[in-house]
Amino acid sequence: MQTLIHQIVAGLATGCIYASIALAISMVHQSTHQLNFAQGEMAMFSTFIAWALMQAGLSYFSAFALTVIVSFVLGMLIERFIIRPVGKTSQLSMVVVVIGLLLVCNSSAGWIWGYDVRPFPSPFPDDMRLLGGYVTAHEAGSFCITMAMLIALYLFFRFTPLGLAMRAAAQNPVSSRLVGVRVDLLFGVGWGLAAAIGAVAGITVAHVLFLDVNMMAGAVLYGFAAALVGGIDNPWGAIAGGFLIGVVENLLGAYVVGNDLKLTVALLIIVGVLTFKPAGIFGVQRVRRV
Amino acid sequence: MTAPLLQVQQLDAMYGKTQVLHSIDFAIESGHITAVLGANGAGKTTTLRAISGMVKTRGKIILDGRQIDNRKTESITRMGVAHVPDNRGTFIDLTVEENLRMGAYVRRDRDRVAEDFDMVYGYFPKLAERRKQQAGTLSGGEQQMLAISRALMLRPKLLLLDEPSFGLAPLVVREIFAIMRRINEHEKVSMLLVEQNANLALDLAHHAYLLESGRVKMSGEASAIKSDESIRRSYLGY
Repeated sequence: MQTLIHQIVAGLATGCIYASIALAISMVHQSTHQLNFAQGEMAMFSTFIAWALMQAGLSYFSAFALTVIVSFVLGMLIERFIIRPVGKTSQLSMVVVVIGLLLVCNSSAGWIWGYDVRPFPSPFPDDMRLLGGYVTAHEAGSFCITMAMLIALYLFFRFTPLGLAMRAAAQNPVSSRLVGVRVDLLFGVGWGLAAAIGAVAGITVAHVLFLDVNMMAGAVLYGFAAALVGGIDNPWGAIAGGFLIGVVENLLGAYVVGNDLKLTVALLIIVGVLTFKPAGIFGVQRVRRV
Repeated sequence: MTAPLLQVQQLDAMYGKTQVLHSIDFAIESGHITAVLGANGAGKTTTLRAISGMVKTRGKIILDGRQIDNRKTESITRMGVAHVPDNRGTFIDLTVEENLRMGAYVRRDRDRVAEDFDMVYGYFPKLAERRKQQAGTLSGGEQQMLAISRALMLRPKLLLLDEPSFGLAPLVVREIFAIMRRINEHEKVSMLLVEQNANLALDLAHHAYLLESGRVKMSGEASAIKSDESIRRSYLGY
Protein backbone atom coordinates (compact mmCIF):
# COMPACT_ATOMS: atom_id res chain seq x y z
CA MET A 1 0.00 0.00 0.00
CA GLN A 2 2.80 2.35 0.98
CA THR A 3 4.60 1.77 -2.30
CA LEU A 4 1.37 2.09 -4.25
CA ILE A 5 0.74 5.55 -2.80
CA HIS A 6 4.34 6.43 -3.43
CA GLN A 7 4.08 5.32 -7.06
CA ILE A 8 0.92 7.36 -7.60
CA VAL A 9 2.43 10.48 -6.08
CA ALA A 10 5.61 10.05 -8.09
CA GLY A 11 3.42 9.52 -11.16
CA LEU A 12 1.67 12.84 -10.55
CA ALA A 13 5.04 14.53 -10.27
CA THR A 14 6.26 13.23 -13.63
CA GLY A 15 2.73 13.84 -14.91
CA CYS A 16 3.42 17.57 -14.50
CA ILE A 17 6.01 17.37 -17.24
CA TYR A 18 3.80 15.35 -19.55
CA ALA A 19 0.90 17.69 -18.89
CA SER A 20 3.02 20.72 -19.76
CA ILE A 21 4.37 19.16 -22.95
CA ALA A 22 0.88 17.96 -23.90
CA LEU A 23 -0.50 21.43 -23.30
CA ALA A 24 2.21 22.95 -25.49
CA ILE A 25 1.48 20.43 -28.26
CA SER A 26 -2.24 21.10 -27.98
CA MET A 27 -1.77 24.88 -28.13
CA VAL A 28 0.31 24.68 -31.28
CA HIS A 29 -2.20 22.31 -32.82
CA GLN A 30 -5.03 24.67 -31.97
CA SER A 31 -3.34 27.67 -33.49
CA THR A 32 -1.65 26.38 -36.62
CA HIS A 33 -2.93 22.78 -36.87
CA GLN A 34 0.46 21.13 -36.76
CA LEU A 35 1.83 18.42 -34.56
CA ASN A 36 5.00 19.98 -33.28
CA PHE A 37 7.29 16.98 -32.95
CA ALA A 38 10.06 19.42 -32.06
CA GLN A 39 8.30 20.54 -28.86
CA GLY A 40 10.56 18.39 -26.66
CA GLU A 41 13.77 19.49 -28.37
CA MET A 42 12.70 23.13 -28.13
CA ALA A 43 12.21 22.59 -24.38
CA MET A 44 15.64 20.96 -24.14
CA PHE A 45 17.19 23.93 -25.95
CA SER A 46 15.48 26.32 -23.52
CA THR A 47 16.80 24.31 -20.59
CA PHE A 48 20.33 24.71 -21.93
CA ILE A 49 19.75 28.47 -22.16
CA ALA A 50 18.74 28.47 -18.48
CA TRP A 51 21.83 26.43 -17.61
CA ALA A 52 24.09 28.81 -19.55
CA LEU A 53 22.54 31.80 -17.78
CA MET A 54 23.19 30.17 -14.41
CA GLN A 55 26.77 29.46 -15.44
CA ALA A 56 27.04 33.16 -16.25
CA GLY A 57 26.15 33.90 -12.66
CA LEU A 58 22.38 34.44 -12.61
CA SER A 59 20.34 33.00 -9.76
CA TYR A 60 18.04 30.02 -10.41
CA PHE A 61 14.84 32.05 -10.55
CA SER A 62 16.15 34.97 -12.58
CA ALA A 63 17.61 32.50 -15.09
CA PHE A 64 14.22 30.74 -15.03
CA ALA A 65 12.28 33.95 -15.77
CA LEU A 66 14.67 35.15 -18.44
CA THR A 67 14.62 31.76 -20.18
CA VAL A 68 10.83 31.73 -20.28
CA ILE A 69 10.83 35.15 -21.94
CA VAL A 70 13.57 34.23 -24.43
CA SER A 71 11.77 30.98 -25.27
CA PHE A 72 8.53 32.87 -25.90
CA VAL A 73 10.31 35.15 -28.36
CA LEU A 74 12.09 32.21 -30.05
CA GLY A 75 8.76 30.38 -30.39
CA MET A 76 7.22 33.43 -32.07
CA LEU A 77 10.20 33.77 -34.40
CA ILE A 78 9.99 30.08 -35.38
CA GLU A 79 6.32 30.53 -36.24
CA ARG A 80 6.96 33.72 -38.20
CA PHE A 81 9.97 32.64 -40.25
CA ILE A 82 9.71 28.85 -40.53
CA ILE A 83 6.15 27.71 -39.95
CA ARG A 84 4.11 30.47 -41.57
CA PRO A 85 5.89 30.47 -44.97
CA VAL A 86 5.67 26.67 -45.20
CA GLY A 87 2.12 26.49 -43.84
CA LYS A 88 0.77 27.70 -47.16
CA THR A 89 2.07 24.60 -48.96
CA SER A 90 1.06 21.12 -47.75
CA GLN A 91 0.64 19.17 -44.54
CA LEU A 92 3.34 16.74 -45.63
CA SER A 93 5.99 19.40 -46.17
CA MET A 94 4.98 20.80 -42.79
CA VAL A 95 5.76 17.47 -41.12
CA VAL A 96 9.15 17.39 -42.78
CA VAL A 97 9.88 20.96 -41.67
CA VAL A 98 8.91 20.20 -38.07
CA ILE A 99 11.17 17.13 -38.03
CA GLY A 100 13.91 19.31 -39.48
CA LEU A 101 13.31 21.79 -36.65
CA LEU A 102 13.70 18.91 -34.18
CA LEU A 103 17.08 17.99 -35.66
CA VAL A 104 18.25 21.60 -35.80
CA CYS A 105 17.41 22.15 -32.11
CA ASN A 106 19.13 18.91 -31.16
CA SER A 107 22.31 19.46 -33.17
CA SER A 108 22.70 23.13 -32.43
CA ALA A 109 22.38 22.48 -28.68
CA GLY A 110 25.08 19.81 -29.04
CA TRP A 111 27.23 22.14 -31.11
CA ILE A 112 26.94 25.03 -28.67
CA TRP A 113 26.99 23.23 -25.33
CA GLY A 114 28.40 19.77 -26.11
CA TYR A 115 27.01 16.27 -25.62
CA ASP A 116 27.97 15.71 -21.98
CA VAL A 117 25.35 14.79 -19.44
CA ARG A 118 25.31 17.53 -16.83
CA PRO A 119 23.72 17.88 -13.40
CA PHE A 120 21.09 20.63 -13.18
CA PRO A 121 20.46 22.50 -9.94
CA SER A 122 17.20 22.65 -8.04
CA PRO A 123 16.15 25.56 -5.84
CA PHE A 124 14.61 23.08 -3.38
CA PRO A 125 16.63 21.23 -0.73
CA ASP A 126 17.67 17.74 -1.84
CA ASP A 127 17.49 16.02 1.51
CA MET A 128 14.00 17.14 2.41
CA ARG A 129 10.97 14.91 1.99
CA LEU A 130 7.37 16.01 2.44
CA LEU A 131 3.95 14.46 3.06
CA GLY A 132 5.22 11.64 5.22
CA GLY A 133 8.22 11.01 3.04
CA TYR A 134 6.28 10.32 -0.15
CA VAL A 135 7.60 13.25 -2.16
CA THR A 136 10.89 15.01 -2.44
CA ALA A 137 10.96 18.76 -2.01
CA HIS A 138 11.89 19.07 -5.65
CA GLU A 139 8.86 17.06 -6.80
CA ALA A 140 6.54 19.15 -4.64
CA GLY A 141 8.19 22.37 -5.81
CA SER A 142 7.92 21.39 -9.48
CA PHE A 143 4.29 20.47 -8.97
CA CYS A 144 3.58 23.89 -7.47
CA ILE A 145 5.42 25.70 -10.28
CA THR A 146 3.45 23.76 -12.91
CA MET A 147 0.17 24.42 -11.13
CA ALA A 148 0.92 28.13 -10.84
CA MET A 149 1.65 28.21 -14.58
CA LEU A 150 -1.57 26.37 -15.43
CA ILE A 151 -3.65 28.69 -13.26
CA ALA A 152 -2.01 31.74 -14.82
CA LEU A 153 -2.78 30.36 -18.30
CA TYR A 154 -6.37 29.63 -17.31
CA LEU A 155 -6.84 33.18 -16.06
CA PHE A 156 -5.23 34.54 -19.22
CA PHE A 157 -7.50 32.60 -21.59
CA ARG A 158 -10.62 33.05 -19.51
CA PHE A 159 -10.46 36.70 -18.52
CA THR A 160 -8.26 38.76 -20.85
CA PRO A 161 -9.33 40.17 -24.23
CA LEU A 162 -6.18 38.72 -25.82
CA GLY A 163 -6.95 35.27 -24.38
CA LEU A 164 -10.51 35.47 -25.71
CA ALA A 165 -9.20 36.52 -29.13
CA MET A 166 -6.79 33.57 -29.14
CA ARG A 167 -9.63 31.15 -28.42
CA ALA A 168 -11.70 32.80 -31.16
CA ALA A 169 -8.84 32.70 -33.67
CA ALA A 170 -8.23 29.00 -33.00
CA GLN A 171 -11.90 28.22 -33.57
CA ASN A 172 -12.72 30.37 -36.53
CA PRO A 173 -9.83 32.27 -38.13
CA VAL A 174 -11.93 33.68 -40.98
CA SER A 175 -14.50 35.15 -38.64
CA SER A 176 -11.74 36.45 -36.39
CA ARG A 177 -10.20 38.40 -39.26
CA LEU A 178 -13.65 39.85 -39.98
CA VAL A 179 -13.78 41.35 -36.48
CA GLY A 180 -10.27 42.77 -36.90
CA VAL A 181 -8.17 40.18 -35.07
CA ARG A 182 -4.60 39.94 -36.37
CA VAL A 183 -4.86 36.17 -36.59
CA ASP A 184 -1.31 35.46 -37.84
CA LEU A 185 0.15 37.42 -34.95
CA LEU A 186 -1.94 35.47 -32.43
CA PHE A 187 -0.87 32.16 -33.95
CA GLY A 188 2.67 33.36 -33.33
CA VAL A 189 1.75 34.12 -29.72
CA GLY A 190 0.40 30.55 -29.50
CA TRP A 191 3.77 29.19 -30.60
CA GLY A 192 5.53 31.53 -28.19
CA LEU A 193 3.38 30.38 -25.26
CA ALA A 194 3.97 26.74 -26.20
CA ALA A 195 7.74 27.31 -26.25
CA ALA A 196 7.54 29.09 -22.87
CA ILE A 197 5.52 26.23 -21.35
CA GLY A 198 8.09 23.77 -22.71
CA ALA A 199 10.84 25.81 -21.10
CA VAL A 200 9.15 25.59 -17.69
CA ALA A 201 8.78 21.82 -18.12
CA GLY A 202 12.40 21.38 -19.22
CA ILE A 203 13.85 23.44 -16.39
CA THR A 204 11.83 21.72 -13.68
CA VAL A 205 12.52 18.20 -14.96
CA ALA A 206 16.23 18.68 -15.72
CA HIS A 207 17.18 18.18 -12.08
CA VAL A 208 15.69 14.67 -12.24
CA LEU A 209 16.57 13.68 -15.81
CA PHE A 210 19.94 15.49 -15.94
CA LEU A 211 20.71 17.95 -18.69
CA ASP A 212 21.72 16.59 -22.06
CA VAL A 213 20.63 16.98 -25.68
CA ASN A 214 18.41 13.88 -25.58
CA MET A 215 16.81 14.52 -22.20
CA MET A 216 13.31 15.16 -23.63
CA ALA A 217 13.18 12.27 -26.10
CA GLY A 218 11.05 10.08 -23.84
CA ALA A 219 9.04 12.90 -22.28
CA VAL A 220 7.85 14.19 -25.64
CA LEU A 221 6.51 10.77 -26.56
CA TYR A 222 4.55 10.66 -23.31
CA GLY A 223 3.48 14.23 -23.99
CA PHE A 224 2.02 13.18 -27.34
CA ALA A 225 0.30 10.21 -25.73
CA ALA A 226 -1.15 12.58 -23.11
CA ALA A 227 -2.35 15.09 -25.69
CA LEU A 228 -4.04 12.34 -27.68
CA VAL A 229 -5.62 10.74 -24.62
CA GLY A 230 -7.03 14.06 -23.48
CA GLY A 231 -8.04 15.19 -26.95
CA ILE A 232 -5.55 17.30 -28.82
CA ASP A 233 -8.00 20.13 -29.41
CA ASN A 234 -8.87 20.38 -25.74
CA PRO A 235 -5.98 21.93 -23.75
CA TRP A 236 -7.54 21.06 -20.38
CA GLY A 237 -8.03 17.48 -21.58
CA ALA A 238 -4.39 17.38 -22.62
CA ILE A 239 -3.36 18.45 -19.11
CA ALA A 240 -5.58 15.81 -17.48
CA GLY A 241 -4.15 13.30 -19.96
CA GLY A 242 -0.64 14.26 -18.84
CA PHE A 243 -1.33 13.47 -15.19
CA LEU A 244 -3.15 10.28 -16.14
CA ILE A 245 -0.27 9.07 -18.28
CA GLY A 246 2.23 9.94 -15.54
CA VAL A 247 0.40 7.77 -13.02
CA VAL A 248 -0.33 4.90 -15.44
CA GLU A 249 3.27 4.85 -16.63
CA ASN A 250 4.59 4.68 -13.09
CA LEU A 251 2.17 1.97 -11.96
CA LEU A 252 2.73 -0.21 -15.01
CA GLY A 253 6.47 0.34 -14.71
CA ALA A 254 6.44 -0.70 -11.06
CA TYR A 255 4.01 -3.60 -11.15
CA VAL A 256 3.53 -4.90 -14.69
CA VAL A 257 6.03 -4.30 -17.45
CA GLY A 258 9.10 -3.10 -15.56
CA ASN A 259 11.22 -0.06 -16.25
CA ASP A 260 12.66 -1.14 -19.59
CA LEU A 261 9.34 -1.44 -21.36
CA LYS A 262 7.81 1.78 -20.00
CA LEU A 263 8.17 3.69 -23.25
CA THR A 264 6.29 0.97 -25.08
CA VAL A 265 3.33 1.83 -22.89
CA ALA A 266 3.25 5.31 -24.38
CA LEU A 267 3.19 3.89 -27.89
CA LEU A 268 0.47 1.39 -26.98
CA ILE A 269 -1.62 4.20 -25.50
CA ILE A 270 -1.20 6.31 -28.66
CA VAL A 271 -2.23 3.44 -30.92
CA GLY A 272 -5.09 2.45 -28.61
CA VAL A 273 -6.53 5.96 -28.40
CA LEU A 274 -6.28 6.56 -32.14
CA THR A 275 -8.05 3.25 -32.78
CA PHE A 276 -10.85 3.37 -30.26
CA LYS A 277 -11.39 7.01 -29.38
CA PRO A 278 -9.70 9.20 -31.99
CA ALA A 279 -10.94 12.45 -30.46
CA GLY A 280 -9.54 11.53 -27.03
CA ILE A 281 -11.35 11.01 -23.74
CA PHE A 282 -12.18 14.67 -23.25
CA GLY A 283 -12.13 15.72 -26.89
CA VAL A 284 -15.20 16.56 -28.87
CA GLN A 285 -15.81 14.68 -32.07
CA ARG A 286 -16.86 17.36 -34.50
CA VAL A 287 -19.30 16.42 -37.17
CA ARG A 288 -18.45 18.32 -40.29
CA ARG A 289 -21.15 19.30 -42.73
CA VAL A 290 -20.35 18.47 -46.31
CA MET B 1 -24.15 66.21 -53.29
CA THR B 2 -21.63 64.74 -50.87
CA ALA B 3 -19.14 62.03 -51.87
CA PRO B 4 -20.46 58.52 -51.46
CA LEU B 5 -19.36 56.43 -48.46
CA LEU B 6 -18.04 53.63 -50.63
CA GLN B 7 -16.95 53.86 -54.23
CA VAL B 8 -16.04 50.84 -56.27
CA GLN B 9 -14.35 51.45 -59.62
CA GLN B 10 -13.58 48.91 -62.32
CA LEU B 11 -13.35 46.11 -59.83
CA ASP B 12 -12.21 42.69 -60.99
CA ALA B 13 -12.10 39.73 -58.61
CA MET B 14 -10.47 36.37 -59.15
CA TYR B 15 -10.43 32.99 -57.46
CA GLY B 16 -7.09 31.71 -58.71
CA LYS B 17 -7.32 32.08 -62.48
CA THR B 18 -11.10 32.22 -62.61
CA GLN B 19 -12.35 35.78 -62.89
CA VAL B 20 -15.66 36.23 -61.12
CA LEU B 21 -16.22 40.00 -61.22
CA HIS B 22 -15.64 41.92 -64.44
CA SER B 23 -14.96 45.61 -64.04
CA ILE B 24 -17.91 46.48 -61.86
CA ASP B 25 -18.67 50.02 -60.68
CA PHE B 26 -20.98 51.05 -57.92
CA ALA B 27 -21.36 53.47 -55.05
CA ILE B 28 -23.02 53.43 -51.66
CA GLU B 29 -24.55 56.57 -50.18
CA SER B 30 -23.90 57.20 -46.52
CA GLY B 31 -26.81 56.15 -44.31
CA HIS B 32 -28.52 54.19 -47.05
CA ILE B 33 -29.23 50.53 -47.58
CA THR B 34 -27.94 49.32 -50.92
CA ALA B 35 -28.92 45.92 -52.23
CA VAL B 36 -27.00 43.69 -54.61
CA LEU B 37 -29.30 41.29 -56.42
CA GLY B 38 -28.70 38.50 -58.85
CA ALA B 39 -28.96 34.79 -59.45
CA ASN B 40 -26.74 32.10 -57.97
CA GLY B 41 -23.16 32.56 -59.16
CA ALA B 42 -23.68 36.14 -60.32
CA GLY B 43 -20.90 37.33 -58.02
CA LYS B 44 -22.88 38.78 -55.12
CA THR B 45 -20.93 37.11 -52.33
CA THR B 46 -17.69 37.77 -54.18
CA THR B 47 -18.52 41.48 -54.26
CA LEU B 48 -18.67 41.54 -50.46
CA ARG B 49 -15.54 39.41 -50.17
CA ALA B 50 -13.72 41.79 -52.52
CA ILE B 51 -14.60 44.77 -50.31
CA SER B 52 -13.35 42.87 -47.23
CA GLY B 53 -10.13 41.87 -48.93
CA MET B 54 -10.89 38.15 -48.86
CA VAL B 55 -10.31 37.60 -52.59
CA LYS B 56 -7.73 38.87 -55.06
CA THR B 57 -8.89 42.05 -56.77
CA ARG B 58 -7.91 44.66 -59.34
CA GLY B 59 -9.44 48.12 -59.43
CA LYS B 60 -10.24 50.71 -56.81
CA ILE B 61 -12.30 50.48 -53.64
CA ILE B 62 -12.55 53.76 -51.76
CA LEU B 63 -14.13 54.02 -48.31
CA ASP B 64 -14.67 57.52 -46.98
CA GLY B 65 -11.90 58.89 -49.20
CA ARG B 66 -9.38 56.18 -48.29
CA GLN B 67 -8.37 53.46 -50.67
CA ILE B 68 -8.95 50.05 -49.06
CA ASP B 69 -8.29 47.61 -51.89
CA ASN B 70 -5.44 45.10 -51.53
CA ARG B 71 -5.26 45.44 -47.79
CA LYS B 72 -5.56 42.69 -45.23
CA THR B 73 -9.05 41.76 -44.10
CA GLU B 74 -8.29 42.69 -40.49
CA SER B 75 -7.03 46.14 -41.53
CA ILE B 76 -10.17 46.80 -43.56
CA THR B 77 -12.30 45.81 -40.56
CA ARG B 78 -10.31 48.22 -38.42
CA MET B 79 -11.20 50.98 -40.90
CA GLY B 80 -14.88 50.42 -40.17
CA VAL B 81 -16.19 47.68 -42.45
CA ALA B 82 -18.15 44.96 -40.62
CA HIS B 83 -18.96 41.85 -42.59
CA VAL B 84 -21.66 39.30 -41.76
CA PRO B 85 -20.51 36.32 -43.85
CA ASP B 86 -22.80 33.86 -45.60
CA ASN B 87 -22.21 31.12 -43.01
CA ARG B 88 -22.86 33.68 -40.22
CA GLY B 89 -19.33 33.21 -38.83
CA THR B 90 -20.45 32.29 -35.33
CA PHE B 91 -17.78 31.41 -32.77
CA ILE B 92 -19.72 28.33 -31.74
CA ASP B 93 -17.71 27.43 -28.62
CA LEU B 94 -17.84 30.95 -27.20
CA THR B 95 -20.83 32.32 -25.35
CA VAL B 96 -23.19 34.85 -26.90
CA GLU B 97 -21.63 37.58 -24.80
CA GLU B 98 -18.10 36.57 -25.79
CA ASN B 99 -19.13 36.60 -29.45
CA LEU B 100 -20.31 40.18 -29.02
CA ARG B 101 -17.16 41.11 -27.16
CA MET B 102 -15.19 39.78 -30.14
CA GLY B 103 -17.23 42.11 -32.35
CA ALA B 104 -15.88 45.07 -30.36
CA TYR B 105 -12.36 43.59 -30.19
CA VAL B 106 -10.64 46.47 -31.99
CA ARG B 107 -12.43 49.23 -30.07
CA ARG B 108 -10.76 51.01 -27.18
CA ASP B 109 -13.70 53.18 -26.05
CA ARG B 110 -14.88 50.90 -23.24
CA ASP B 111 -17.77 53.02 -22.01
CA ARG B 112 -19.31 53.21 -25.45
CA VAL B 113 -18.85 49.47 -25.92
CA ALA B 114 -20.86 48.89 -22.74
CA GLU B 115 -23.63 51.10 -24.15
CA ASP B 116 -23.56 49.17 -27.40
CA PHE B 117 -24.12 45.89 -25.55
CA ASP B 118 -27.36 47.43 -24.30
CA MET B 119 -28.14 48.68 -27.80
CA VAL B 120 -27.88 45.26 -29.48
CA TYR B 121 -29.67 43.53 -26.60
CA GLY B 122 -32.36 46.15 -27.09
CA TYR B 123 -32.80 45.27 -30.74
CA PHE B 124 -32.49 41.52 -30.12
CA PRO B 125 -33.89 40.74 -26.64
CA LYS B 126 -33.56 37.01 -27.33
CA LEU B 127 -29.80 37.36 -27.28
CA ALA B 128 -29.95 39.05 -23.89
CA GLU B 129 -31.77 36.02 -22.50
CA ARG B 130 -29.08 33.74 -23.87
CA ARG B 131 -26.01 35.82 -23.15
CA LYS B 132 -24.25 33.12 -21.10
CA GLN B 133 -25.19 30.33 -23.49
CA GLN B 134 -22.77 28.75 -25.98
CA ALA B 135 -23.43 30.32 -29.37
CA GLY B 136 -23.41 26.92 -31.10
CA THR B 137 -26.61 26.00 -29.26
CA LEU B 138 -28.60 28.89 -30.75
CA SER B 139 -31.16 28.36 -33.50
CA GLY B 140 -30.41 29.51 -37.04
CA GLY B 141 -32.42 32.71 -36.62
CA GLU B 142 -30.75 33.51 -33.32
CA GLN B 143 -27.32 32.91 -34.84
CA GLN B 144 -28.19 35.35 -37.63
CA MET B 145 -29.26 37.91 -35.01
CA LEU B 146 -25.97 37.26 -33.21
CA ALA B 147 -24.01 37.72 -36.44
CA ILE B 148 -25.66 41.09 -37.11
CA SER B 149 -25.17 42.14 -33.50
CA ARG B 150 -21.51 41.11 -33.54
CA ALA B 151 -21.00 43.25 -36.65
CA LEU B 152 -22.81 46.20 -35.04
CA MET B 153 -20.50 46.01 -32.01
CA LEU B 154 -17.76 47.37 -34.26
CA ARG B 155 -19.81 50.58 -34.71
CA PRO B 156 -19.09 50.17 -38.41
CA LYS B 157 -19.23 52.84 -41.09
CA LEU B 158 -20.43 50.17 -43.46
CA LEU B 159 -22.19 46.91 -42.67
CA LEU B 160 -21.92 44.13 -45.26
CA LEU B 161 -24.69 41.53 -45.03
CA ASP B 162 -24.45 38.30 -46.98
CA GLU B 163 -27.89 36.70 -47.43
CA PRO B 164 -29.25 37.24 -43.94
CA SER B 165 -32.42 35.39 -44.97
CA PHE B 166 -30.61 32.19 -45.95
CA GLY B 167 -32.08 29.01 -44.49
CA LEU B 168 -34.50 30.78 -42.15
CA ALA B 169 -38.26 30.46 -41.78
CA PRO B 170 -40.21 33.30 -43.48
CA LEU B 171 -41.53 34.57 -40.18
CA VAL B 172 -38.05 34.83 -38.70
CA VAL B 173 -36.78 36.53 -41.86
CA ARG B 174 -39.52 39.15 -41.64
CA GLU B 175 -38.66 39.81 -37.99
CA ILE B 176 -34.95 40.21 -38.74
CA PHE B 177 -35.54 42.48 -41.74
CA ALA B 178 -37.85 44.71 -39.72
CA ILE B 179 -35.14 45.07 -37.09
CA MET B 180 -32.53 45.80 -39.75
CA ARG B 181 -34.69 48.66 -40.99
CA ARG B 182 -34.94 50.09 -37.46
CA ILE B 183 -31.19 49.76 -37.01
CA ASN B 184 -30.60 51.63 -40.27
CA GLU B 185 -33.00 54.41 -39.27
CA HIS B 186 -31.92 54.83 -35.66
CA GLU B 187 -28.21 54.07 -35.76
CA LYS B 188 -27.61 55.54 -39.24
CA VAL B 189 -25.58 52.46 -40.21
CA SER B 190 -25.00 52.21 -43.96
CA MET B 191 -25.61 48.72 -45.25
CA LEU B 192 -24.70 46.72 -48.33
CA LEU B 193 -27.12 43.83 -48.54
CA VAL B 194 -26.69 40.79 -50.75
CA GLU B 195 -29.90 38.83 -51.27
CA GLN B 196 -31.37 36.12 -53.45
CA ASN B 197 -34.79 37.08 -52.27
CA ALA B 198 -35.19 40.19 -54.43
CA ASN B 199 -38.66 41.07 -53.21
CA LEU B 200 -37.52 41.22 -49.62
CA ALA B 201 -34.34 43.16 -50.42
CA LEU B 202 -36.12 45.75 -52.59
CA ASP B 203 -38.59 46.44 -49.79
CA LEU B 204 -35.77 47.25 -47.42
CA ALA B 205 -33.19 48.93 -49.66
CA HIS B 206 -33.00 52.47 -51.02
CA HIS B 207 -30.82 51.55 -53.99
CA ALA B 208 -30.21 48.33 -55.82
CA TYR B 209 -27.68 46.92 -58.23
CA LEU B 210 -28.40 43.92 -60.37
CA LEU B 211 -25.50 41.59 -61.10
CA GLU B 212 -25.38 39.09 -63.92
CA SER B 213 -22.32 36.90 -64.55
CA GLY B 214 -20.07 39.25 -62.65
CA ARG B 215 -21.19 42.44 -64.39
CA VAL B 216 -23.53 45.21 -63.26
CA LYS B 217 -26.60 44.77 -65.41
CA MET B 218 -28.55 47.73 -64.10
CA SER B 219 -28.99 49.93 -61.08
CA GLY B 220 -31.42 52.41 -59.66
CA GLU B 221 -33.86 53.30 -56.92
CA ALA B 222 -35.17 50.16 -55.27
CA SER B 223 -38.77 51.33 -55.69
CA ALA B 224 -38.25 51.95 -59.42
CA ILE B 225 -36.79 48.52 -59.99
CA LYS B 226 -39.53 46.91 -58.00
CA SER B 227 -42.24 48.55 -60.07
CA ASP B 228 -40.63 47.86 -63.45
CA GLU B 229 -42.34 44.73 -64.60
CA SER B 230 -39.94 43.87 -67.41
CA ILE B 231 -36.90 43.94 -65.12
CA ARG B 232 -38.74 41.90 -62.59
CA ARG B 233 -39.72 39.26 -65.12
CA SER B 234 -36.40 38.95 -66.89
CA TYR B 235 -33.95 39.25 -64.03
CA LEU B 236 -35.64 38.73 -60.73
CA GLY B 237 -37.93 35.90 -61.74
CA TYR B 238 -41.13 36.63 -59.89
